[in-house]
Amino acid sequence: MRTRLPLSLLGLAVALVWLIPLAWAIDTSIKPEGETTRVPVTWIPEVFTLDAYGRVLTAGDVPLWLVNSLIVATGVTVLTLAAASLAAYGFSRLDFPGKNWLFALVLAGIMVPPQALIVPLFHQMQSLGLVDTYWGMILPQLAAPVMVFILKKFFDGIPREYEQAAALDGASRLRMFWSVVLPMSRPVLAAVGVFTFVTAWNNFLWPFIVVSDPDLMTVPVGLGTVQSSYGLRYAEIMASAVLGGLPLVVVYAFLQRHVIRGVGDAGLKG
Amino acid sequence: MAVETPQRAPAETPAPREPGKPRNLTGLWFALPFLLIYAVFMIWPILAGLWSSLFNTSLAGGDVEFLGLGNYAEMARDGAVWDSLWNTAYFTLLSTPPLVLAGLGMALLAHRARRTGWLLRFAFFMPFLLPVTVVALIWLWIYQSDFGLLNAAIEWFGGDPVAWINDERTAMWAVVICTLWWTVGFNFLLYLAALQGIPRELHESAAVDGATPGQRLWRITLPLLRRTTGLVLVLQLIASLKIFDQVYLLNEGNAGPITRPLIQYVYEQGFTSYRIGYASAISYLLFLIIIVVAFAQFKIFSAGRDD
Repeated sequence: MRTRLPLSLLGLAVALVWLIPLAWAIDTSIKPEGETTRVPVTWIPEVFTLDAYGRVLTAGDVPLWLVNSLIVATGVTVLTLAAASLAAYGFSRLDFPGKNWLFALVLAGIMVPPQALIVPLFHQMQSLGLVDTYWGMILPQLAAPVMVFILKKFFDGIPREYEQAAALDGASRLRMFWSVVLPMSRPVLAAVGVFTFVTAWNNFLWPFIVVSDPDLMTVPVGLGTVQSSYGLRYAEIMASAVLGGLPLVVVYAFLQRHVIRGVGDAGLKG
Repeated sequence: MAVETPQRAPAETPAPREPGKPRNLTGLWFALPFLLIYAVFMIWPILAGLWSSLFNTSLAGGDVEFLGLGNYAEMARDGAVWDSLWNTAYFTLLSTPPLVLAGLGMALLAHRARRTGWLLRFAFFMPFLLPVTVVALIWLWIYQSDFGLLNAAIEWFGGDPVAWINDERTAMWAVVICTLWWTVGFNFLLYLAALQGIPRELHESAAVDGATPGQRLWRITLPLLRRTTGLVLVLQLIASLKIFDQVYLLNEGNAGPITRPLIQYVYEQGFTSYRIGYASAISYLLFLIIIVVAFAQFKIFSAGRDD
Protein backbone atom coordinates (compact mmCIF):
# COMPACT_ATOMS: atom_id res chain seq x y z
CA MET A 1 0.00 0.00 0.00
CA ARG A 2 2.86 2.38 0.75
CA THR A 3 4.04 2.13 -2.84
CA ARG A 4 0.66 2.73 -4.42
CA LEU A 5 0.46 6.51 -4.19
CA PRO A 6 3.88 7.44 -5.68
CA LEU A 7 3.38 4.89 -8.46
CA SER A 8 0.00 6.25 -9.46
CA LEU A 9 1.43 9.77 -9.40
CA LEU A 10 4.27 8.58 -11.63
CA GLY A 11 1.77 6.96 -14.00
CA LEU A 12 -0.25 10.15 -14.15
CA ALA A 13 2.85 12.24 -14.79
CA VAL A 14 3.99 10.02 -17.68
CA ALA A 15 0.47 10.05 -19.14
CA LEU A 16 0.39 13.85 -19.06
CA VAL A 17 3.81 14.08 -20.74
CA TRP A 18 2.52 11.68 -23.40
CA LEU A 19 -0.49 13.91 -24.04
CA ILE A 20 1.57 17.11 -24.44
CA PRO A 21 2.40 16.78 -28.18
CA LEU A 22 -1.24 16.31 -29.13
CA ALA A 23 -2.39 19.02 -26.72
CA TRP A 24 0.24 21.35 -28.19
CA ALA A 25 -1.02 20.66 -31.74
CA ILE A 26 -4.61 21.38 -30.71
CA ASP A 27 -3.49 24.46 -28.79
CA THR A 28 -1.68 25.83 -31.84
CA SER A 29 -4.65 25.13 -34.10
CA ILE A 30 -6.99 27.36 -32.07
CA LYS A 31 -4.71 30.40 -32.05
CA PRO A 32 -4.66 33.19 -34.61
CA GLU A 33 -1.65 32.83 -36.94
CA GLY A 34 0.12 35.79 -35.35
CA GLU A 35 0.18 34.13 -31.95
CA THR A 36 1.52 30.71 -33.04
CA THR A 37 5.11 31.89 -33.41
CA ARG A 38 5.24 34.05 -30.32
CA VAL A 39 8.18 33.73 -27.95
CA PRO A 40 7.79 32.96 -25.10
CA VAL A 41 5.24 30.27 -25.89
CA THR A 42 1.66 30.86 -24.74
CA TRP A 43 -0.31 27.81 -23.60
CA ILE A 44 -3.59 29.61 -23.13
CA PRO A 45 -4.41 31.44 -26.37
CA GLU A 46 -5.00 35.16 -25.87
CA VAL A 47 -7.49 35.00 -28.67
CA PHE A 48 -9.38 31.76 -29.14
CA THR A 49 -10.39 31.18 -32.76
CA LEU A 50 -11.52 28.34 -35.02
CA ASP A 51 -10.53 30.26 -38.16
CA ALA A 52 -7.85 27.77 -39.09
CA TYR A 53 -10.38 24.93 -39.06
CA GLY A 54 -12.81 26.99 -41.12
CA ARG A 55 -10.19 27.67 -43.77
CA VAL A 56 -8.90 24.10 -43.85
CA LEU A 57 -12.39 22.62 -44.13
CA THR A 58 -13.65 24.97 -46.82
CA ALA A 59 -10.56 25.68 -48.89
CA GLY A 60 -8.37 22.64 -48.23
CA ASP A 61 -8.49 19.04 -49.39
CA VAL A 62 -8.71 17.51 -45.92
CA PRO A 63 -12.37 16.40 -46.32
CA LEU A 64 -11.50 14.73 -49.63
CA TRP A 65 -8.55 12.90 -48.08
CA LEU A 66 -10.75 11.70 -45.21
CA VAL A 67 -13.25 10.24 -47.70
CA ASN A 68 -10.46 8.54 -49.68
CA SER A 69 -8.96 7.07 -46.50
CA LEU A 70 -12.38 5.81 -45.47
CA ILE A 71 -12.88 4.10 -48.86
CA VAL A 72 -9.44 2.48 -48.86
CA ALA A 73 -9.42 1.42 -45.19
CA THR A 74 -12.97 0.04 -45.34
CA GLY A 75 -12.22 -1.82 -48.56
CA VAL A 76 -9.03 -3.33 -47.13
CA THR A 77 -10.75 -4.32 -43.88
CA VAL A 78 -13.85 -5.94 -45.37
CA LEU A 79 -11.92 -7.82 -48.05
CA THR A 80 -9.17 -8.91 -45.63
CA LEU A 81 -11.73 -10.28 -43.17
CA ALA A 82 -13.51 -12.14 -45.99
CA ALA A 83 -10.47 -13.60 -47.75
CA ALA A 84 -8.40 -14.32 -44.64
CA SER A 85 -11.20 -15.95 -42.65
CA LEU A 86 -12.26 -18.18 -45.56
CA ALA A 87 -8.65 -19.26 -46.07
CA ALA A 88 -8.12 -19.78 -42.35
CA TYR A 89 -11.23 -21.98 -42.20
CA GLY A 90 -10.04 -24.03 -45.16
CA PHE A 91 -6.63 -24.54 -43.55
CA SER A 92 -8.09 -25.24 -40.11
CA ARG A 93 -10.84 -27.68 -40.97
CA LEU A 94 -10.54 -29.13 -44.43
CA ASP A 95 -8.13 -31.48 -46.06
CA PHE A 96 -7.07 -30.85 -49.63
CA PRO A 97 -4.14 -31.71 -51.88
CA GLY A 98 -1.13 -29.49 -51.25
CA LYS A 99 -2.61 -28.02 -48.06
CA ASN A 100 0.49 -28.39 -45.91
CA TRP A 101 2.96 -26.80 -48.25
CA LEU A 102 0.49 -24.05 -49.18
CA PHE A 103 0.10 -23.20 -45.50
CA ALA A 104 3.87 -23.28 -45.05
CA LEU A 105 4.11 -20.82 -47.94
CA VAL A 106 1.62 -18.50 -46.23
CA LEU A 107 3.51 -18.76 -42.92
CA ALA A 108 6.80 -17.90 -44.61
CA GLY A 109 5.18 -14.70 -45.92
CA ILE A 110 4.84 -13.35 -42.37
CA MET A 111 8.55 -12.60 -42.47
CA VAL A 112 8.46 -10.73 -45.76
CA PRO A 113 8.75 -6.97 -45.22
CA PRO A 114 6.29 -5.31 -47.65
CA GLN A 115 8.56 -2.24 -47.70
CA ALA A 116 11.21 -4.31 -49.47
CA LEU A 117 8.74 -5.10 -52.27
CA ILE A 118 7.77 -1.56 -53.26
CA VAL A 119 9.82 -1.45 -56.44
CA PRO A 120 8.77 -4.74 -58.09
CA LEU A 121 5.22 -4.24 -56.79
CA PHE A 122 4.98 -0.83 -58.41
CA HIS A 123 6.36 -2.22 -61.66
CA GLN A 124 3.65 -4.86 -61.57
CA MET A 125 0.93 -2.29 -60.83
CA GLN A 126 2.03 -0.45 -63.95
CA SER A 127 1.55 -3.56 -66.08
CA LEU A 128 -1.85 -4.25 -64.49
CA GLY A 129 -2.92 -0.64 -65.07
CA LEU A 130 -3.64 -0.12 -61.36
CA VAL A 131 -1.43 2.92 -60.74
CA ASP A 132 -3.52 5.87 -59.55
CA THR A 133 -6.58 3.78 -58.66
CA TYR A 134 -8.31 2.80 -55.41
CA TRP A 135 -7.71 -0.88 -56.27
CA GLY A 136 -4.03 -0.17 -56.64
CA MET A 137 -3.98 1.02 -53.03
CA ILE A 138 -6.27 -1.74 -51.70
CA LEU A 139 -5.24 -5.02 -53.34
CA PRO A 140 -1.59 -5.33 -52.19
CA GLN A 141 -2.66 -4.65 -48.61
CA LEU A 142 -4.91 -7.74 -48.68
CA ALA A 143 -1.94 -10.11 -48.93
CA ALA A 144 -1.62 -10.19 -45.12
CA PRO A 145 -0.56 -13.72 -44.12
CA VAL A 146 -0.40 -12.89 -40.41
CA MET A 147 -4.18 -12.42 -40.34
CA VAL A 148 -4.71 -15.90 -41.82
CA PHE A 149 -2.38 -17.27 -39.16
CA ILE A 150 -4.17 -15.54 -36.25
CA LEU A 151 -7.62 -16.59 -37.49
CA LYS A 152 -6.56 -20.21 -38.13
CA LYS A 153 -5.13 -20.42 -34.60
CA PHE A 154 -8.44 -19.22 -33.22
CA PHE A 155 -10.54 -21.54 -35.39
CA ASP A 156 -8.33 -24.48 -34.33
CA GLY A 157 -9.44 -23.81 -30.75
CA ILE A 158 -13.16 -24.05 -31.50
CA PRO A 159 -14.36 -27.61 -30.76
CA ARG A 160 -15.41 -29.53 -33.85
CA GLU A 161 -18.54 -30.82 -32.11
CA TYR A 162 -20.44 -27.64 -33.01
CA GLU A 163 -19.95 -28.26 -36.70
CA GLN A 164 -20.74 -31.95 -36.37
CA ALA A 165 -24.10 -31.02 -34.88
CA ALA A 166 -24.72 -28.72 -37.84
CA ALA A 167 -23.60 -31.48 -40.22
CA LEU A 168 -26.31 -33.75 -38.82
CA ASP A 169 -28.82 -31.11 -39.89
CA GLY A 170 -27.40 -31.32 -43.40
CA ALA A 171 -25.49 -28.02 -43.36
CA SER A 172 -22.87 -27.44 -46.04
CA ARG A 173 -19.30 -26.44 -45.22
CA LEU A 174 -19.99 -22.84 -46.17
CA ARG A 175 -23.06 -22.85 -43.93
CA MET A 176 -21.01 -24.24 -40.97
CA PHE A 177 -18.40 -21.55 -41.53
CA TRP A 178 -20.94 -18.77 -41.77
CA SER A 179 -23.46 -19.72 -39.08
CA VAL A 180 -21.39 -21.70 -36.61
CA VAL A 181 -17.74 -20.67 -36.66
CA LEU A 182 -17.93 -16.97 -37.54
CA PRO A 183 -20.44 -16.01 -34.81
CA MET A 184 -18.21 -17.74 -32.24
CA SER A 185 -15.20 -15.77 -33.48
CA ARG A 186 -16.52 -12.24 -33.02
CA PRO A 187 -13.81 -11.04 -30.59
CA VAL A 188 -10.94 -12.16 -32.80
CA LEU A 189 -12.67 -10.86 -35.94
CA ALA A 190 -13.09 -7.51 -34.19
CA ALA A 191 -9.42 -7.43 -33.19
CA VAL A 192 -8.20 -8.39 -36.66
CA GLY A 193 -10.64 -5.90 -38.18
CA VAL A 194 -9.59 -3.00 -35.97
CA PHE A 195 -5.88 -3.59 -36.57
CA THR A 196 -6.37 -3.99 -40.30
CA PHE A 197 -8.40 -0.78 -40.44
CA VAL A 198 -5.90 1.25 -38.42
CA THR A 199 -2.96 -0.09 -40.44
CA ALA A 200 -4.68 0.60 -43.76
CA TRP A 201 -5.90 4.05 -42.69
CA ASN A 202 -2.42 5.06 -41.57
CA ASN A 203 -0.40 3.37 -44.33
CA PHE A 204 1.87 6.00 -45.82
CA LEU A 205 4.49 4.37 -48.02
CA TRP A 206 2.37 2.32 -50.41
CA PRO A 207 -0.35 4.92 -51.25
CA PHE A 208 2.43 7.51 -51.47
CA ILE A 209 4.08 5.42 -54.19
CA VAL A 210 1.08 4.14 -56.12
CA VAL A 211 -0.96 7.37 -56.19
CA SER A 212 0.07 10.73 -57.56
CA ASP A 213 -3.40 12.03 -58.47
CA PRO A 214 -4.29 14.61 -55.76
CA ASP A 215 -7.97 13.54 -55.97
CA LEU A 216 -7.08 10.02 -54.79
CA MET A 217 -4.72 10.93 -51.93
CA THR A 218 -5.42 9.45 -48.50
CA VAL A 219 -4.95 11.38 -45.23
CA PRO A 220 -1.31 10.38 -44.60
CA VAL A 221 -0.24 11.14 -48.17
CA GLY A 222 -2.26 14.33 -48.53
CA LEU A 223 -1.06 15.74 -45.22
CA GLY A 224 2.49 15.28 -46.46
CA THR A 225 1.81 18.04 -48.97
CA VAL A 226 0.44 20.42 -46.33
CA GLN A 227 3.76 21.71 -45.04
CA SER A 228 4.73 23.05 -48.44
CA SER A 229 1.32 24.26 -49.61
CA TYR A 230 0.41 26.18 -46.44
CA GLY A 231 3.86 27.69 -46.11
CA LEU A 232 4.34 28.94 -42.59
CA ARG A 233 0.71 29.11 -41.48
CA TYR A 234 1.17 26.88 -38.45
CA ALA A 235 -2.39 27.15 -37.15
CA GLU A 236 -3.67 25.75 -40.44
CA ILE A 237 -1.03 23.02 -40.55
CA MET A 238 -1.93 21.94 -37.02
CA ALA A 239 -5.68 22.15 -37.73
CA SER A 240 -5.14 19.82 -40.71
CA ALA A 241 -3.10 17.47 -38.57
CA VAL A 242 -5.77 17.42 -35.85
CA LEU A 243 -8.54 16.80 -38.38
CA GLY A 244 -6.51 14.05 -40.04
CA GLY A 245 -5.55 12.36 -36.78
CA LEU A 246 -8.64 12.71 -34.64
CA PRO A 247 -11.12 10.28 -36.30
CA LEU A 248 -9.31 7.12 -35.23
CA VAL A 249 -8.46 8.54 -31.80
CA VAL A 250 -12.13 9.32 -31.12
CA VAL A 251 -13.25 5.88 -32.31
CA TYR A 252 -10.57 4.26 -30.17
CA ALA A 253 -11.67 6.21 -27.09
CA PHE A 254 -15.04 4.47 -27.39
CA LEU A 255 -13.73 1.01 -28.30
CA GLN A 256 -10.74 0.94 -25.93
CA ARG A 257 -11.99 -1.95 -23.80
CA HIS A 258 -12.79 -4.19 -26.76
CA VAL A 259 -9.47 -3.50 -28.46
CA ILE A 260 -7.43 -4.45 -25.40
CA ARG A 261 -9.52 -7.57 -24.75
CA GLY A 262 -9.35 -8.47 -28.45
CA VAL A 263 -5.55 -8.41 -28.41
CA GLY A 264 -5.69 -11.01 -25.65
CA ASP A 265 -8.25 -13.08 -27.53
CA ALA A 266 -6.24 -12.93 -30.72
CA GLY A 267 -3.58 -14.79 -28.81
CA LEU A 268 -0.97 -12.07 -29.07
CA LYS A 269 -0.31 -12.00 -25.37
CA GLY A 270 2.39 -14.65 -25.68
CA MET B 1 6.22 -17.21 -32.69
CA ALA B 2 4.81 -17.13 -29.20
CA VAL B 3 1.17 -17.09 -30.08
CA GLU B 4 -1.49 -19.02 -28.25
CA THR B 5 -5.24 -19.28 -28.50
CA PRO B 6 -7.28 -18.72 -25.37
CA GLN B 7 -8.96 -22.10 -25.58
CA ARG B 8 -6.71 -25.08 -25.34
CA ALA B 9 -6.57 -26.49 -28.85
CA PRO B 10 -7.56 -30.15 -29.02
CA ALA B 11 -4.79 -32.54 -30.03
CA GLU B 12 -4.21 -32.20 -33.78
CA THR B 13 -6.65 -34.68 -35.25
CA PRO B 14 -7.17 -34.83 -38.99
CA ALA B 15 -10.49 -33.49 -40.19
CA PRO B 16 -13.04 -36.29 -40.02
CA ARG B 17 -13.33 -37.54 -43.53
CA GLU B 18 -16.77 -38.63 -44.61
CA PRO B 19 -16.61 -42.38 -45.22
CA GLY B 20 -16.40 -43.47 -48.82
CA LYS B 21 -15.43 -40.02 -50.12
CA PRO B 22 -11.94 -39.26 -51.36
CA ARG B 23 -10.37 -36.08 -50.01
CA ASN B 24 -11.89 -33.29 -51.99
CA LEU B 25 -11.18 -29.78 -53.11
CA THR B 26 -13.70 -27.91 -50.90
CA GLY B 27 -10.90 -26.57 -48.69
CA LEU B 28 -9.03 -25.28 -51.70
CA TRP B 29 -12.04 -23.22 -52.75
CA PHE B 30 -12.09 -21.65 -49.31
CA ALA B 31 -8.42 -20.75 -49.52
CA LEU B 32 -8.42 -19.75 -53.17
CA PRO B 33 -9.34 -16.03 -52.99
CA PHE B 34 -6.60 -15.35 -50.47
CA LEU B 35 -4.07 -17.55 -52.24
CA LEU B 36 -4.66 -15.75 -55.54
CA ILE B 37 -4.12 -12.32 -53.98
CA TYR B 38 -1.13 -13.67 -52.11
CA ALA B 39 0.39 -15.13 -55.27
CA VAL B 40 -0.11 -11.98 -57.34
CA PHE B 41 0.83 -9.32 -54.78
CA MET B 42 3.39 -11.11 -52.62
CA ILE B 43 4.98 -14.15 -54.29
CA TRP B 44 5.15 -12.67 -57.77
CA PRO B 45 6.83 -9.37 -56.75
CA ILE B 46 9.37 -11.33 -54.69
CA LEU B 47 10.32 -13.41 -57.74
CA ALA B 48 10.05 -10.51 -60.19
CA GLY B 49 12.26 -8.37 -57.95
CA LEU B 50 14.87 -11.09 -57.72
CA TRP B 51 14.76 -11.49 -61.50
CA SER B 52 15.01 -7.78 -62.27
CA SER B 53 17.87 -7.35 -59.80
CA LEU B 54 19.94 -9.22 -62.39
CA PHE B 55 19.21 -6.61 -65.08
CA ASN B 56 19.69 -2.89 -65.47
CA THR B 57 15.88 -2.48 -65.76
CA SER B 58 14.65 1.10 -65.67
CA LEU B 59 11.24 2.35 -64.64
CA ALA B 60 11.43 4.73 -67.58
CA GLY B 61 11.73 1.87 -70.09
CA GLY B 62 14.56 1.70 -72.58
CA ASP B 63 17.14 -0.99 -73.18
CA VAL B 64 17.35 -3.85 -70.73
CA GLU B 65 20.69 -5.47 -70.33
CA PHE B 66 21.54 -8.62 -68.40
CA LEU B 67 24.05 -7.82 -65.67
CA GLY B 68 24.16 -11.07 -63.71
CA LEU B 69 25.34 -10.10 -60.25
CA GLY B 70 26.50 -6.71 -61.51
CA ASN B 71 23.96 -4.79 -59.42
CA TYR B 72 25.12 -6.64 -56.32
CA ALA B 73 28.73 -5.88 -57.12
CA GLU B 74 27.90 -2.20 -57.57
CA MET B 75 26.02 -2.28 -54.27
CA ALA B 76 29.10 -3.58 -52.47
CA ARG B 77 31.11 -0.61 -53.81
CA ASP B 78 28.37 2.00 -53.25
CA GLY B 79 29.19 3.95 -50.09
CA ALA B 80 25.62 5.27 -49.90
CA VAL B 81 24.34 1.70 -49.44
CA TRP B 82 26.63 1.15 -46.47
CA ASP B 83 25.89 4.58 -45.00
CA SER B 84 22.14 4.04 -45.19
CA LEU B 85 22.52 0.51 -43.84
CA TRP B 86 24.49 1.94 -40.92
CA ASN B 87 21.78 4.58 -40.35
CA THR B 88 19.15 1.84 -40.23
CA ALA B 89 21.25 -0.22 -37.81
CA TYR B 90 22.01 2.84 -35.69
CA PHE B 91 18.33 3.74 -35.49
CA THR B 92 17.48 0.15 -34.55
CA LEU B 93 20.12 0.11 -31.80
CA LEU B 94 19.01 3.46 -30.39
CA SER B 95 15.27 2.87 -30.59
CA THR B 96 14.74 -0.76 -29.57
CA PRO B 97 15.78 -0.62 -25.88
CA PRO B 98 13.63 2.42 -24.98
CA LEU B 99 10.68 1.12 -27.01
CA VAL B 100 10.68 -2.24 -25.20
CA LEU B 101 11.48 -0.93 -21.71
CA ALA B 102 9.04 2.00 -21.89
CA GLY B 103 6.32 -0.33 -23.18
CA LEU B 104 6.89 -2.62 -20.20
CA GLY B 105 7.04 0.25 -17.70
CA MET B 106 3.88 1.84 -19.02
CA ALA B 107 2.04 -1.48 -18.92
CA LEU B 108 3.08 -2.00 -15.27
CA LEU B 109 1.91 1.52 -14.38
CA ALA B 110 -1.41 1.21 -16.21
CA HIS B 111 -2.05 -2.29 -14.88
CA ARG B 112 -1.72 -1.08 -11.27
CA ALA B 113 -3.65 2.14 -11.70
CA ARG B 114 -7.24 1.98 -10.50
CA ARG B 115 -9.17 5.19 -11.02
CA THR B 116 -6.74 6.68 -13.54
CA GLY B 117 -6.35 3.43 -15.50
CA TRP B 118 -8.46 4.55 -18.45
CA LEU B 119 -6.52 7.82 -18.78
CA LEU B 120 -3.18 6.01 -18.79
CA ARG B 121 -4.35 3.45 -21.33
CA PHE B 122 -5.69 6.22 -23.54
CA ALA B 123 -2.61 8.44 -23.30
CA PHE B 124 -0.10 5.65 -23.94
CA PHE B 125 -1.85 4.01 -26.87
CA MET B 126 -3.45 7.02 -28.57
CA PRO B 127 -0.38 8.22 -30.55
CA PHE B 128 -0.16 4.81 -32.24
CA LEU B 129 -3.48 5.62 -33.94
CA LEU B 130 -2.19 8.78 -35.59
CA PRO B 131 -1.03 8.63 -39.21
CA VAL B 132 2.73 9.07 -39.48
CA THR B 133 2.26 12.36 -41.31
CA VAL B 134 0.31 13.84 -38.41
CA VAL B 135 3.04 12.66 -36.05
CA ALA B 136 5.73 14.20 -38.26
CA LEU B 137 3.88 17.53 -38.54
CA ILE B 138 3.43 17.73 -34.77
CA TRP B 139 7.06 16.89 -34.03
CA LEU B 140 8.43 19.21 -36.69
CA TRP B 141 6.50 21.90 -34.86
CA ILE B 142 7.81 20.82 -31.46
CA TYR B 143 11.41 20.59 -32.76
CA GLN B 144 11.16 24.02 -34.47
CA SER B 145 14.33 25.80 -33.39
CA ASP B 146 12.96 29.37 -32.98
CA PHE B 147 9.55 28.94 -31.40
CA GLY B 148 9.24 25.17 -30.88
CA LEU B 149 8.05 23.77 -27.59
CA LEU B 150 11.12 21.65 -26.90
CA ASN B 151 13.58 24.52 -27.16
CA ALA B 152 11.23 26.70 -25.12
CA ALA B 153 11.39 24.05 -22.39
CA ILE B 154 15.18 23.76 -22.66
CA GLU B 155 15.62 27.52 -22.43
CA TRP B 156 13.24 27.67 -19.49
CA PHE B 157 15.55 25.25 -17.68
CA GLY B 158 18.50 27.46 -18.65
CA GLY B 159 19.89 25.42 -21.55
CA ASP B 160 20.82 26.46 -25.07
CA PRO B 161 18.41 25.90 -27.98
CA VAL B 162 19.17 23.01 -30.33
CA ALA B 163 18.59 22.76 -34.11
CA TRP B 164 17.03 19.32 -33.62
CA ILE B 165 16.41 18.25 -37.20
CA ASN B 166 19.27 20.04 -38.93
CA ASP B 167 22.09 19.23 -36.55
CA GLU B 168 23.65 15.90 -37.40
CA ARG B 169 24.41 15.22 -33.75
CA THR B 170 20.72 15.37 -32.80
CA ALA B 171 18.90 14.43 -36.04
CA MET B 172 18.77 10.72 -35.29
CA TRP B 173 17.73 11.33 -31.70
CA ALA B 174 14.90 13.51 -32.97
CA VAL B 175 13.70 10.57 -35.07
CA VAL B 176 14.04 8.17 -32.12
CA ILE B 177 12.09 10.41 -29.69
CA CYS B 178 9.31 10.93 -32.21
CA THR B 179 9.16 7.19 -32.94
CA LEU B 180 9.10 6.32 -29.25
CA TRP B 181 6.15 8.63 -28.68
CA TRP B 182 4.34 7.35 -31.74
CA THR B 183 4.75 3.56 -31.53
CA VAL B 184 5.43 2.56 -27.92
CA GLY B 185 1.67 2.09 -27.52
CA PHE B 186 1.75 -1.15 -29.47
CA ASN B 187 4.35 -2.74 -27.17
CA PHE B 188 2.45 -1.30 -24.21
CA LEU B 189 -0.71 -3.05 -25.39
CA LEU B 190 1.01 -6.43 -25.83
CA TYR B 191 2.50 -6.19 -22.33
CA LEU B 192 -0.78 -5.02 -20.82
CA ALA B 193 -2.67 -7.97 -22.34
CA ALA B 194 0.00 -10.31 -20.96
CA LEU B 195 -0.19 -8.74 -17.48
CA GLN B 196 -3.95 -9.15 -17.46
CA GLY B 197 -3.45 -12.83 -18.17
CA ILE B 198 -1.41 -13.39 -14.99
CA PRO B 199 -3.63 -14.91 -12.29
CA ARG B 200 -4.15 -12.57 -9.34
CA GLU B 201 -3.75 -15.44 -6.86
CA LEU B 202 -0.04 -15.74 -7.67
CA HIS B 203 0.57 -12.26 -6.34
CA GLU B 204 -1.80 -12.60 -3.42
CA SER B 205 -0.23 -15.79 -2.11
CA ALA B 206 3.26 -14.34 -2.54
CA ALA B 207 2.15 -11.25 -0.61
CA VAL B 208 0.82 -13.47 2.17
CA ASP B 209 4.23 -15.14 2.29
CA GLY B 210 5.74 -11.71 2.90
CA ALA B 211 7.17 -10.91 -0.56
CA THR B 212 7.67 -7.18 -1.13
CA PRO B 213 6.21 -5.58 -4.27
CA GLY B 214 9.73 -5.39 -5.71
CA GLN B 215 10.32 -9.10 -5.14
CA ARG B 216 6.95 -9.96 -6.66
CA LEU B 217 7.80 -7.90 -9.75
CA TRP B 218 11.24 -9.46 -10.09
CA ARG B 219 10.37 -13.06 -9.21
CA ILE B 220 6.83 -13.49 -10.54
CA THR B 221 5.80 -10.88 -13.05
CA LEU B 222 8.94 -10.48 -15.12
CA PRO B 223 9.63 -14.23 -15.56
CA LEU B 224 6.02 -14.72 -16.67
CA LEU B 225 6.44 -11.95 -19.23
CA ARG B 226 9.41 -13.61 -20.89
CA ARG B 227 7.53 -14.97 -23.88
CA THR B 228 5.85 -11.61 -24.40
CA THR B 229 9.24 -9.92 -24.26
CA GLY B 230 10.48 -12.32 -26.93
CA LEU B 231 7.53 -11.44 -29.15
CA VAL B 232 7.85 -7.70 -28.54
CA LEU B 233 11.58 -7.80 -29.25
CA VAL B 234 11.22 -9.65 -32.56
CA LEU B 235 8.41 -7.40 -33.76
CA GLN B 236 10.28 -4.28 -32.64
CA LEU B 237 13.57 -5.21 -34.30
CA ILE B 238 11.82 -6.00 -37.57
CA ALA B 239 9.78 -2.78 -37.41
CA SER B 240 12.90 -0.69 -36.70
CA LEU B 241 14.84 -2.25 -39.57
CA LYS B 242 12.04 -1.23 -41.95
CA ILE B 243 12.09 2.42 -40.90
CA PHE B 244 11.40 4.96 -43.62
CA ASP B 245 8.21 7.03 -43.17
CA GLN B 246 9.04 9.27 -40.23
CA VAL B 247 12.63 9.88 -41.34
CA TYR B 248 11.49 10.85 -44.79
CA LEU B 249 8.77 13.16 -43.48
CA LEU B 250 10.89 14.74 -40.75
CA ASN B 251 13.96 15.29 -42.86
CA GLU B 252 12.51 16.08 -46.25
CA GLY B 253 14.77 18.76 -47.63
CA ASN B 254 16.63 19.21 -44.36
CA ALA B 255 19.27 16.88 -43.05
CA GLY B 256 19.60 15.01 -46.34
CA PRO B 257 21.50 11.76 -46.22
CA ILE B 258 22.72 12.02 -42.63
CA THR B 259 19.75 10.02 -41.32
CA ARG B 260 18.75 8.32 -44.60
CA PRO B 261 17.73 4.71 -43.90
CA LEU B 262 18.07 1.83 -46.33
CA ILE B 263 14.42 1.87 -47.50
CA GLN B 264 14.78 5.52 -48.41
CA TYR B 265 17.79 4.70 -50.57
CA VAL B 266 15.74 1.96 -52.25
CA TYR B 267 12.99 4.50 -52.83
CA GLU B 268 15.38 7.08 -54.27
CA GLN B 269 17.07 4.59 -56.59
CA GLY B 270 13.74 3.13 -57.75
CA PHE B 271 11.52 6.17 -58.03
CA THR B 272 13.87 9.12 -58.41
CA SER B 273 16.64 7.54 -60.45
CA TYR B 274 14.26 4.98 -62.04
CA ARG B 275 16.76 2.16 -61.51
CA ILE B 276 14.45 -0.77 -60.77
CA GLY B 277 17.11 -3.46 -61.02
CA TYR B 278 19.53 -1.71 -58.68
CA ALA B 279 16.77 -0.76 -56.20
CA SER B 280 15.58 -4.39 -56.16
CA ALA B 281 19.08 -5.61 -55.42
CA ILE B 282 19.29 -3.28 -52.40
CA SER B 283 15.84 -4.48 -51.27
CA TYR B 284 17.17 -8.00 -51.15
CA LEU B 285 19.96 -6.94 -48.81
CA LEU B 286 17.36 -5.66 -46.34
CA PHE B 287 15.20 -8.70 -46.93
CA LEU B 288 18.10 -10.97 -46.04
CA ILE B 289 18.94 -9.03 -42.88
CA ILE B 290 15.34 -9.13 -41.63
CA ILE B 291 15.04 -12.86 -42.23
CA VAL B 292 18.33 -13.53 -40.45
CA VAL B 293 17.25 -11.41 -37.46
CA ALA B 294 13.82 -13.06 -37.30
CA PHE B 295 15.36 -16.51 -37.51
CA ALA B 296 18.03 -15.82 -34.91
CA GLN B 297 15.43 -14.41 -32.53
CA PHE B 298 13.18 -17.37 -33.09
CA LYS B 299 16.04 -19.78 -32.37
CA ILE B 300 17.14 -17.94 -29.24
CA PHE B 301 13.68 -17.76 -27.75
CA SER B 302 12.56 -21.26 -28.64
CA ALA B 303 15.82 -22.70 -27.29
CA GLY B 304 15.56 -20.75 -24.03
CA ARG B 305 12.02 -21.85 -23.34
CA ASP B 306 11.70 -24.54 -20.73
CA ASP B 307 8.18 -25.73 -21.51
